[in-house]
Amino acid sequence: MASLGSALLALAFVTALAAAALALWGRNGDRHRVDLSRRTVYAFCGLLTACVVIIEIAFASDDFGFKIVQEHSSIETPNFYKLAAMWSSQEGSLLLWAWVLSIAASLSLWATRNKLREIVPYATAVMMGVAAFFTGLMLFAPDVQPFDTVSGATDGVGLNPLLQHPSMMIHPPMLYSGYVAFTVPFAFAIGALITRRLDAEWIRATRRFALIAWTFLGFGLLLGARWSYTELGWGGYWAWDPVENAALMPWLLGTAFLHSIMVQEKRGMLKVWNACLIVGTFSMALLGTFLVRSGVLQSIHAFGDNTVGPYILGLIGVVVIGSALLIVSRLDDLRSPKRIDSLVSREAVFLVNNLLLVGLTAVIFWGTFFPLISELFTGDKASLAAPWFDRYTTPLAILLVLFTGIGPLLAWRRVSWDSARRVFRVPLVVAAVTLVALVVFTDASHKPWALALFAFAAFALAGLAQEFWTGAAARRKLTGESTPTALVGLVSRNRRRYGGYIVHAGIAVLLIGIAASSSFQTNRDVNLKPGESATIDGRTITYVKPTVAVDNEKFTFGSLLKVEEDGKLVGYLRPSQRFFRPTGQETGLISSFFAGEATSEVGLRAGPGADLWIAERPNITAVQRRVRDADQGFTACIKGGPGTPPQCKALGALMRGSVGNPGLEEQALKQVNRLQGLAATNVAKTYLTDTAPATFKVIVNPLVTWMWIGGLIALAGALIAIWPTRGRRRGALVRTEADARKEAKYREIRDAELDHAVGKLSDEDFAAVDAELREEALEILDREEGEKVPAGGNGNGSNGNGVHPREPEKVEQG
Amino acid sequence: MDPQRKRKIRLVVALSVAVLLAVALIYTSFSASTEAKEPSEIASAAPGSSYEMTGKVVPHSIKHVGNGIAFRVVDRDGGGEALPVTYQGTVPDPFRGGREIVLTGSVENGTFVGEPETLITKCPSKFTTKSDG
Repeated sequence: MASLGSALLALAFVTALAAAALALWGRNGDRHRVDLSRRTVYAFCGLLTACVVIIEIAFASDDFGFKIVQEHSSIETPNFYKLAAMWSSQEGSLLLWAWVLSIAASLSLWATRNKLREIVPYATAVMMGVAAFFTGLMLFAPDVQPFDTVSGATDGVGLNPLLQHPSMMIHPPMLYSGYVAFTVPFAFAIGALITRRLDAEWIRATRRFALIAWTFLGFGLLLGARWSYTELGWGGYWAWDPVENAALMPWLLGTAFLHSIMVQEKRGMLKVWNACLIVGTFSMALLGTFLVRSGVLQSIHAFGDNTVGPYILGLIGVVVIGSALLIVSRLDDLRSPKRIDSLVSREAVFLVNNLLLVGLTAVIFWGTFFPLISELFTGDKASLAAPWFDRYTTPLAILLVLFTGIGPLLAWRRVSWDSARRVFRVPLVVAAVTLVALVVFTDASHKPWALALFAFAAFALAGLAQEFWTGAAARRKLTGESTPTALVGLVSRNRRRYGGYIVHAGIAVLLIGIAASSSFQTNRDVNLKPGESATIDGRTITYVKPTVAVDNEKFTFGSLLKVEEDGKLVGYLRPSQRFFRPTGQETGLISSFFAGEATSEVGLRAGPGADLWIAERPNITAVQRRVRDADQGFTACIKGGPGTPPQCKALGALMRGSVGNPGLEEQALKQVNRLQGLAATNVAKTYLTDTAPATFKVIVNPLVTWMWIGGLIALAGALIAIWPTRGRRRGALVRTEADARKEAKYREIRDAELDHAVGKLSDEDFAAVDAELREEALEILDREEGEKVPAGGNGNGSNGNGVHPREPEKVEQG
Repeated sequence: MDPQRKRKIRLVVALSVAVLLAVALIYTSFSASTEAKEPSEIASAAPGSSYEMTGKVVPHSIKHVGNGIAFRVVDRDGGGEALPVTYQGTVPDPFRGGREIVLTGSVENGTFVGEPETLITKCPSKFTTKSDG
């Protein structure tokens, strides 16, 4: 199987190169070659899928002839984690990268099979170039070949117990999918630059991929934060660890990109900016991939120095320098004749939001790479800790949440002061009331940053609620539906817009959770003996009794804790620490239980008001001493020294006799195991009567639950925005670029009508904007007429409607 | 004022603000950073100033002292003289002899005193082929 896998991988590498070559060969409009290259990409995807399946089968069937299986799984590893063990390895994670890329490339080429004729060949070449790079690494770089074999192994090393967490199944693939999917918009951007087709077509074709990448990456970050939150010593949900930062940076730039491409789509502006942003986003994604593999920065995600780092760095260099040269050479084509009409318009707010996001990324980049920067200038490696990051990111995040609220309230192009006053009134009042209430009723005024964030988040949430309300009201007036039906209809008819608003609401809620839990957290270490209690932040915690569990794999020492608030019982928590034997070792002296990994199981009581988080460090000094005594006793016993009981002598004789005698060996092993198991259980149970104090780390985290809820709201919003809308207007077929251009313009007209209906555009402004848009729509139709004649032989140049709406009809509202 | 001029002024103002912020960022990062050193360099470092120490825990050197722990570290490559360390606060689960750690603290009387909650233990399993537990 392993040699089949190697062969398939080698074939995949050749296939990727062939697809790229075919695409470039057909770049001048040879459809057959381009079609063939697309099908070659599908084949590439199929080959890598086969590789992944072979590896996963090897994991599932404990085929320890595979080096990757031997080093990252074991017979004892639970089945669920056997499947996830692939990406705990360097080579497996590279395979995952390439595989996800092959899927993303296939999907994007399928989606554009009738579009973007000029750009697609180059985009194919870029994607397959990157794919060939990663596939090539797995073939030619030392130590990262997924199909390497070992001989003679009967069991594996196993998956680190720390990684045996349900998040391991989804967190890494999510992050990878996020990183990888950004390749698609990047590749199309490069294609657009090369062919000088710099209108919004490539954006329209790949916007959804950018959004999917952003969603995957964001969800991966959220899962990682949640996982880290439930582990001891991982620094809570966010620790400004280099690897965390490396995943956050492409997400932030991706957020900026998703906003600024709307400006290019609607106004044809910010083309240079967008090209730079997507190059930056993709480079950051590569940088994230590089960082976890290079060992250049100190991180809790310590992946060790290894061999592929320099290659990825080389790729980043090629991407950055090549793209920069390309952008500079196309500057003349990228200039837009248009200017932002007014500083009070949505595009102006997008520009500010972009600057904030890029600023935030720059700060994080500087902080993350500061050790290298300082070494360069001062000769000493020096690093920056969380407080430095907080100092800069906090004000930027606060401003961002404010603009999260302002953006949706403003219409495109222009906003008159009258309508601005109208839409800002309610959110401003809500923000002011929130501010006053927080100052009067809580102690939030001690933390001005948090206070500002709460007020701005209230502003944003009120503004968004108002958007939904006025939208639903306008629709109700038009259709006579009930409010809930109107709301559902409104969202499903304008998924991009309202999905985006839901994301904004989720981010505002998430930031409330972060601000509250980081500013008002109580964190204390207490030593308690059984029966004792401590009061922390109004909660009384009583150490009721110690607990013990023993199995072949591990000792678990824990405690039963009673939690009371205001004298009332609110629940019990059971934090514990588990001590694993080294993986693959089921027998041996009892002390082997303390030779493997240890993991803490946190006791967590989540609530809408605050989370109570308790980790325990049990005092096992006495238990360990007894383990040592028992082990010594056992050794002495089977040696048969003077005074040992007769059973010991018998076992000792059996063990000595079993050497070189397989029949007896099994019997002896059984005996030893039984005795060892009994002894281990008995020794461990002595912990139950131990009165030594255990150390508890108690954290009260206010409102942190809202961080997860906000994250999930944002995810839901993103999914709504991604969900394909079939037939944007009833009966409209969108096959060609011209169709897409037209549809986009119709949608803009509809958006403006909606903005007018909800009061964001005054009658005057609407009249002006509407006239502008209709003129632009007519221009598109005229251009299409002109294009039609030479494009006649093409067969796909005609618009799919069958009729030519000379005058864009009044589009159905909402 | 003609719009061309207005735009130019706007650009200059925005650029100056950006430059000022960047300078502030650079300045504070140099003053707020902690120097990273390996145990062998720390032995001869100035007492009192804070360092981020990266080293390897000497196996079997970990002892519980009061509410904290005491242990010794050597350079990451295993060389250099062992440096005694004391630390109070959360000890991450993977912490044990032979593991690489990162700890911020300062030297007092020849002992490296770690600041609470700054101990990071590297998770050894990911992407490494050697198991060194």
